[in-house]
Amino acid sequence: MDLTIEVAHDEHEQVRKVVLIGEIDAYTAPKLKETIVPLTEENGVEVVIDMHAISYMDSTGLGVFISALKSTKEHGSSLTFMNPQERVYRLFKITGLTEIMNIQTDYTVRGGM
Amino acid sequence: MKESFDFIEVKVPAKAEYVGVVRLSISGIANRMGFHYEEIEDLKVAISEAITNGVKHAYKGIDEGEITVGFGVYENRLEIMVADHGGSFDLSKVKEDIGPFREEDSIDELKEGGFGLFLIDALMDKVEINNRSGVIVLMTKYLHENEVAINGDQISTTQ
Repeated sequence: MDLTIEVAHDEHEQVRKVVLIGEIDAYTAPKLKETIVPLTEENGVEVVIDMHAISYMDSTGLGVFISALKSTKEHGSSLTFMNPQERVYRLFKITGLTEIMNIQTDYTVRGGM
Repeated sequence: MKESFDFIEVKVPAKAEYVGVVRLSISGIANRMGFHYEEIEDLKVAISEAITNGVKHAYKGIDEGEITVGFGVYENRLEIMVADHGGSFDLSKVKEDIGPFREEDSIDELKEGGFGLFLIDALMDKVEINNRSGVIVLMTKYLHENEVAINGDQISTTQ
């Protein structure tokens, strides 16, 4: 029941790739916020979050991503989520956040949840 | 007739690190009752939201509160009670605030902690909140085993 955060920094590229492994809840969300939000504070940077290894997430995770999204608007950066598991994607969907967050999945093309 | 049920009670310190422990408990209980994988995932989120709420309230004052979680295991449903005696909140105000994000809403208005109660409501079959002394969230999820049992010729595997 923990969260591992791996950030791949490449100073020559504008992309910051973040791989998340584990669970996002009230315990792990503060650490996630401390890592993700500062990445979005650099103008022009594209933060790509690989979600495929997140086995559990609740509203505390949504809260962190809302903060990060707000930060991208302030700083002119962008935020993309890659391949959340269907259970995790469902939370973005029922809260309406799929409307404002860029989430790339293999299964949304089929239109299902 | 009085319905019989098993009751399980778990008490944890009102600290974020114990949310995952309660999640494991509910996973075990719901699995034993025969809930499907997806329903168990919903239950895990709902109970985590309720406890996260409790942790936040407890932290506002003294940080040594505890949260009591009760599981009522009935033949056709699971009732979960989450109680924190630390504080209370304005329920009518909270109700005004809950709901999904809509396209016409401004991103600036989105609150970080805004979706907890909304998710509980969306994922459970019935939710009641008692706000008189501390906060008690009572939520119910029914076992949907009727798909099989409704056909009279078939034998339900759960009995």
